[in-house]
Amino acid sequence: MKPAPFTRHVPRTVDEVVSALAEFAPLDGRILAGGQSLVPIMAFRMARPAHLIDINEVEGLDRLAVDGDYLSIGARVRHGAFHKPVIDGPLGKLLAFVVSHIAHYPIRMRGTFCGSLAHADPASEWCLVAATLDAQLVVKSVRGERIVPVTDFLEGIMSTSLAEDEFLAEARLPLLPDDTKFGFYEFSRRAGDFAMSAALVTYRLVDGVIADAHVGIGGAEDRARRITEAEDVLNGQAPSPELFVAAGEAAANAIEPLEDIQTTAEYRCDLVRAVTRRALERSLQ
Amino acid sequence: MTVHTKGSGTTWVGRSIRRLEDPALVTGRGRFTADMPATHWVRFVRSGVAAGTIKNITAPEGASIVTAKDLAKLKPIRPMLSKFNYVAVGQPILADGVVRFTGESIAAVYAPSKDQAEDIADQIEVEISEGAPLIDAMDALAGDAPLVHADTKHNVIVEGRIATPGFEDVWKTAHKVLHVEARSHRQNATPMEARAGHAAYDGSTGRVTLTCTTQMPHLTRTAVCDILGIPESDLRVVAPDVGGGFGQKMSLAPEYVLLVWLARKLRSSVAWTEDRRENLIASFHSRDQHVQLEGAFDKSGKLLALRGDIVANIGAYSCFPTTCGVEPLMALAELPGPYDVRAYDCRSRGVMTNTCPMAPYRGVSRPVITFVLERLMDKAAAAFGIEPTELRRRNLIDKFPYTSATGLVFDDGSYKETMEMAIKAIDLDAFRKRQKTARDAGRYLGIGFATFSERTGYGSPAFAARGMEITPGFETVYLTIDPSGFVEARIGSSPHGQGLRTSLAQIIADEIGIDPEFIKVVHGDTDRSPYGWGTFASRSLVLSGGASLLAAQKIRAKLLKMASHFLEAAPEDITLQSGSAHVIGTDRSVTIASMARAAYHQTHIFKGEIEPGLTETGTYDPSGTFSNACHVAIVEVDIETGRVEMEKFLVAEDAGLIINPMIADGQVHGGVAQGIGNALLEEIIYDETGNILTSTLADFLPPTTREIPEIELHHVETLTGNSITKAKGLGEGGAIGAPAAVISAINDALSPFGISIDEMPATPQRIRAALRSSGKLPSNGKTA
Ligand SMILES: Cc1cc2nc3c(=O)[nH]c(=O)nc-3n(C[C@H](O)[C@H](O)[C@H](O)COP(=O)(O)OP(=O)(O)OC[C@H]3O[C@@H](n4cnc5c(N)ncnc54)[C@H](O)[C@@H]3O)c2cc1C
Repeated sequence: MKPAPFTRHVPRTVDEVVSALAEFAPLDGRILAGGQSLVPIMAFRMARPAHLIDINEVEGLDRLAVDGDYLSIGARVRHGAFHKPVIDGPLGKLLAFVVSHIAHYPIRMRGTFCGSLAHADPASEWCLVAATLDAQLVVKSVRGERIVPVTDFLEGIMSTSLAEDEFLAEARLPLLPDDTKFGFYEFSRRAGDFAMSAALVTYRLVDGVIADAHVGIGGAEDRARRITEAEDVLNGQAPSPELFVAAGEAAANAIEPLEDIQTTAEYRCDLVRAVTRRALERSLQ
Repeated sequence: MTVHTKGSGTTWVGRSIRRLEDPALVTGRGRFTADMPATHWVRFVRSGVAAGTIKNITAPEGASIVTAKDLAKLKPIRPMLSKFNYVAVGQPILADGVVRFTGESIAAVYAPSKDQAEDIADQIEVEISEGAPLIDAMDALAGDAPLVHADTKHNVIVEGRIATPGFEDVWKTAHKVLHVEARSHRQNATPMEARAGHAAYDGSTGRVTLTCTTQMPHLTRTAVCDILGIPESDLRVVAPDVGGGFGQKMSLAPEYVLLVWLARKLRSSVAWTEDRRENLIASFHSRDQHVQLEGAFDKSGKLLALRGDIVANIGAYSCFPTTCGVEPLMALAELPGPYDVRAYDCRSRGVMTNTCPMAPYRGVSRPVITFVLERLMDKAAAAFGIEPTELRRRNLIDKFPYTSATGLVFDDGSYKETMEMAIKAIDLDAFRKRQKTARDAGRYLGIGFATFSERTGYGSPAFAARGMEITPGFETVYLTIDPSGFVEARIGSSPHGQGLRTSLAQIIADEIGIDPEFIKVVHGDTDRSPYGWGTFASRSLVLSGGASLLAAQKIRAKLLKMASHFLEAAPEDITLQSGSAHVIGTDRSVTIASMARAAYHQTHIFKGEIEPGLTETGTYDPSGTFSNACHVAIVEVDIETGRVEMEKFLVAEDAGLIINPMIADGQVHGGVAQGIGNALLEEIIYDETGNILTSTLADFLPPTTREIPEIELHHVETLTGNSITKAKGLGEGGAIGAPAAVISAINDALSPFGISIDEMPATPQRIRAALRSSGKLPSNGKTA
């Protein structure tokens, strides 16, 4: 159980990364970030890249800072950076709550936020966070830089709109107003396993009614996304157990569930119904 | 029944001394097969399809490759049973023209490093004309099913039936008949260390040393030599530190035969380390059974008769040395469990399919039959409207010796006592109140009890009943005090994590008056240890412990005789303690070390009255003894998702005299954890083409510490005449009872829905599907 032979390149600057990508991507080259997804699939020889562009020594990519109204997360920022709130306010708390659901401690010390987005596992917690909060993604190549909204970035199971020579340099999460309430609930077989369904909700209470509801679902469809049908149920209503049940129902009805040999579409919808309602219940705790 | 009170403080037996084997293991000085350097590394090229004919094997220029045609002179692995309509089938070391399961070895490549071997293996192209695979045993039973082995008449490879006379007459008198149709899915024992082998040729003697992760070094030697046609003196088998086995390492790995053959051919050293994927798809599987069980009860809830039909999917080949009869025949003999039932009619079949071969796995069938029988008992309790424990109270055996309907003789046990102890410790009444309150709030708690027996420490008479060509049994111990005064016990058992070095040292220490730290137990080396059967079937403490005691008694007698000479006192006035012989009531003593010197270097002083040397042999071959236990699980089922949360687990067990309580508790803890994994998580899944979907630990899910609740243990010690140390085995009990208790608790939790979960693992998907089918789910999923 070891990877097929490959060549490793170790750029020091972002410019070197993009030029290495331009040169080696056409020759079956890929970025190596934390390696927590790529290395296992290489060991199983399900991926056989000929070149790895290792970004772990690139200066500046470990930047994690607030720029105006968003939080910038560089391509070398590890999951473990979020164990404690990175900023005051709801966003820092939200990220700290969610991160404990990702894998296990040693994996969190290597795996990266941006790597999770680039890998685009439908069950990735960070993809769910990015989708729910409307992240903007900074994508670079020798051709320049573009800023991509998350809805245009995540395209399907382990598939993104990144071009072969592009790399995800930074993810931008909008800061959340101080009165934002959030709730996250995940269902997995064992502690640390990938979610079979997860829900993240954020909203504000204005005069006792819900405003600006975001309901994100991950692990249930081919990609994480916001479910507007559930948000519509919530917006303008006062929180109540019945309302949360209705939102769960709306989410379950809106999704196109993933199926596998053990998991029927019906079961996946059951999970979505449950995780949505429970995430909403947690938002009030 | 005698109950022993331990803690008198004067014996080593009964004390939780620290494990003598641990300092090396916890400081990184353990010695494992995969750590050994080798000149050549082997990688197996494995079949990517479940059934087919090999058309062509193409290797890159210059690759070193072995295929079946190079091994034409080798005999296949072909274990035998003389009974139960057994059909002998052979397993070639490398697939010979036909592949019969995904993962079967087709070729072996070797190279100077492991990495190079893997890269070369990657380039080997195998062209296979695919056939239609049989995956489920039920499909393989069909009259028109293709044959897994073309030279057989059907896919049933072993079939047993036990029917007591007058069965139908008893059946007719039934007041109620309950029925269970159960399914236990396929599992993998998943030892922490996967398999590994290293074979080194010695040019001067022509011998090969095979170091490998085996539970049975001597049987491995016998098997490899038989297959290669070489004398056993030409092969030494060493099992160094072995990181768990659970039965998976007791069956012969064809890979080891290849290694020895290749080491001889190359006159060099060759090694192979299995990776986790190989272990999951191609080592050995277990527990894949369909069981039908009916029970006839009288008015009072007494079980009158049991009728069963067991189908075990044994995979593509029959494992050596037990044969694949091990699962179906164990189930046949032990299905009635610890209950008093006189009428029994059961058929049990082992069926071949295009799946990875079955081998024993901790508990061997009993985790499955206990789960099925306990489902029947729970269903009966519900039908009679009584607590499941009350139904068991009316049926558990309590007079000993008890001869079962299948002819097993149960020695003294505490079936009822352990259950009563468990009921009290868990406070069943308080739980029922809590359960009711929780249900009113829409939460589903459940409690499950499993009462069962664990047949342990059985010698050749018990195995002979199966008609095995190779009938396991006795164990021998060579016990020596050498001139330095240190003690060496060389044993035929082959522990791989059980702490046997410590437990045996405690038994020997009490007898010969030398502290355990001066007693070294040597095992796992056919050059050093007496021929023995290795470690499996909860046997080693009973058999090697018994043999150790017999040998130690002889040493003791000799030491007393020598001390009598030195101290000029009668042997009965002398005690052996803390390394010396003392004349009772005086201050006269002589050290055992000085007597040991004399036994070798001053033999003339005994004037021929005492034989030179201090080595004695003990051999023990008992009929066997039954341990027993009651397991209790408390769970909460999330009815919206089908998820089961383990709240608590409690074990009240009786394994006779406990030699080292800490080690005994560790065995139970580990077994229970495995049992919980079996009940809830672990499942090898094949798709319809015979490809395995669970070939990584991301898909095959052993429990982690976070899935295992607190485990509370209680002990009863029933002293049996069936074991000379009074100790019974307990290696498997944890794994035998836990699945039944967990599944029973799930069913108890879900009783308001009128459904029955009769499948393991009880995954959330299955539980939720059953809940849906009940039609009783509340619409908002929250409260019933
Ligand atoms: C046992 C285990 C359990 C896990 N459980 C979870 C879990 O519960 N939830 C979860 O979300 N994840 C889980 N993971 C995955 C883990 O979080 C990974 O770290 C993450 O998915 C990928 O991040 P990485 O930095 O390790 O990326 P890598 O493994 O280095 O790369 C993954 C892929 O993304 C590409 N890539 C990486 N970074 C970039 C970039 N900046 N630009 C362009 N392409 C890039 C790589 O080329 C590769 O194709 C688990 C992993 C393991 C081993």
